[in-house]
Amino acid sequence: MLHKQSFSRKIFVVFNVLLLSCITILGIIPFVHLLSVSLSSNTAAMAGEVKLWPVGFTWDAYVYLGEKVEFFRSLGVSIERVLLGSVINLLLVFITAFPLSKSNDQFKFRTVYVWIFAITMYFGGGLIPTYIIVKNTGLIDSIWALILPGALNVWNMVLMLNFFRNIPRELDEAATIDGAGHWRVLWQIYLPVSLPSIATIGLFTVVGHWNAWFDGILYLNSPERYPLQTYLSTLIMSLNAQMSSMSLEQLKVMENLSEKTIRTAQIFMGALPIMVVYPFLQRYFVKGMTVGSVKE
Amino acid sequence: MKSLKKEFPLHIMLIPGVIVTLIYAYGPMAGLVMAFQQFEPLSGFFKSDFVGLDNFRYVFNLPDFKQVLWNTLLIAVIKMVLSLLVPLILALLLNEITKKWFSGFVQSAIFLPFFLSWTVLGGVIIELFSLNGPINGLISSIGLEPIMFMLDNSWFRGIVIGSDVWKGMGYNMIIMLAAITGINGTLYEAAEVDGAGKWKQMLNITLPGIAPIIILLSVLGLGGILNAGFEQILIMYNPTVYAGADIIDTFVYRLGMFSQQFGPAAAVGLFKSIISLFMVSTTYYAAYKFNNYRIF
Repeated sequence: MLHKQSFSRKIFVVFNVLLLSCITILGIIPFVHLLSVSLSSNTAAMAGEVKLWPVGFTWDAYVYLGEKVEFFRSLGVSIERVLLGSVINLLLVFITAFPLSKSNDQFKFRTVYVWIFAITMYFGGGLIPTYIIVKNTGLIDSIWALILPGALNVWNMVLMLNFFRNIPRELDEAATIDGAGHWRVLWQIYLPVSLPSIATIGLFTVVGHWNAWFDGILYLNSPERYPLQTYLSTLIMSLNAQMSSMSLEQLKVMENLSEKTIRTAQIFMGALPIMVVYPFLQRYFVKGMTVGSVKE
Repeated sequence: MKSLKKEFPLHIMLIPGVIVTLIYAYGPMAGLVMAFQQFEPLSGFFKSDFVGLDNFRYVFNLPDFKQVLWNTLLIAVIKMVLSLLVPLILALLLNEITKKWFSGFVQSAIFLPFFLSWTVLGGVIIELFSLNGPINGLISSIGLEPIMFMLDNSWFRGIVIGSDVWKGMGYNMIIMLAAITGINGTLYEAAEVDGAGKWKQMLNITLPGIAPIIILLSVLGLGGILNAGFEQILIMYNPTVYAGADIIDTFVYRLGMFSQQFGPAAAVGLFKSIISLFMVSTTYYAAYKFNNYRIF
């Protein structure tokens, strides 16, 4: 009996490892393919000869990219957005979560404020009214349109708030007895203690700003101000729009004319920063989420 | 009076967050009046004529609207079910892996697409499924006709759903895996002593152990029942596949931004918000009942 079971167990383990390996490959292979296309000669890429290894290896697409003004301009906008946006987001999340983490007897109006923020998580004005408000506050075509409307991420604030609550109250009380005000407690006690949590939320914020593209389409009129992901999205969407109006023969011709290697090189570059930092990020994310779900 | 003075700094801390929220979250809600107006951008909210429910009647009678609503529900429901089921299976399989490095590697690979934007992933998917892409390469290598995946209504919806599950499966898998690790190990030892095999252990210990987190995830997912993935579909679709892939959000976007029909667009947006709010509050209440789950 025991022997039989261990035999079926062995089969399961082998099958399990195989299946998970396949799924792992499924997660990585599309990006390997993308990289290979971008490193292949344009003719090979267009003919669809490239699978997992570059055919007719060449750096041409990346060399061309190095001279492309639009690409670097949008990369600059992206970096500006990530730096400015993340700092503002983190600061707001940090100072807003602090008062809300107090108990009701420490801060009487807490419930009022909590409701103000909580409602916005579930009910919104929708696309068009939001656009009109952004327009009326004069942000259209400025980088602030990408930063201010989402400056306070309520969800992140809730994460932060829950973290603050787990800080022993004695720490706060001891400082207060020593004469520290709320601001001092916030900067000198809460800040150092909550660095791991700030790192987790910060990484979420940075990735969010780097990846956002739709608000750029919506709020920016001049393509010179597009961040990288918005710029990439226009490349992809114009390709889609062209494709839809073509016959099979035209499609084949068009796919041959489009600069496939350059397009894939740009898409790859859009993903590269995240792929590079990802292995370092992942530990934090997994840890942060583990802590979160254990608490529930 | 004394408490007001003591709590004063806490109010100051909340001011920036409240201002941003009032302008960019509550401002658009006020803008929803345009759903009941014959909105003229030049006259603004105050001078446009009120038309009662005409905008709603107009939109619900549009020939496309029923299709759009159906697409939205269909895509959202299938996505929701699969994005619970697939991560659950993956988490259970991964839990059986005893080699730490292998498990870690698989997790990283599965989690990767989650951190990339839909512009990058959309670009990758369009490349993979294009006429000259590797998937059509495989198809023609076994002697079949190439398929125009991105221009074919029956295929496109499947690609949208599949790629969304692919992007998101890492996230839910990690949450479930964390829940599995949280299960008390002595339960398994006891079960083994009683002669339960791995399969029996999974059915009787693991699954009941993570049931709360599965209920929680599905209940929270129900709130977004009308969110079928705006950014994803916007980047991937084209006019040929509107019939199968146009969802409420993309419909509103085109209605408002391209046809300048602000009133009707806001009406659809409001309709969606109300349904979402209803679903969120009922499911949130349910989550509270089932699992004693509270966000604040």
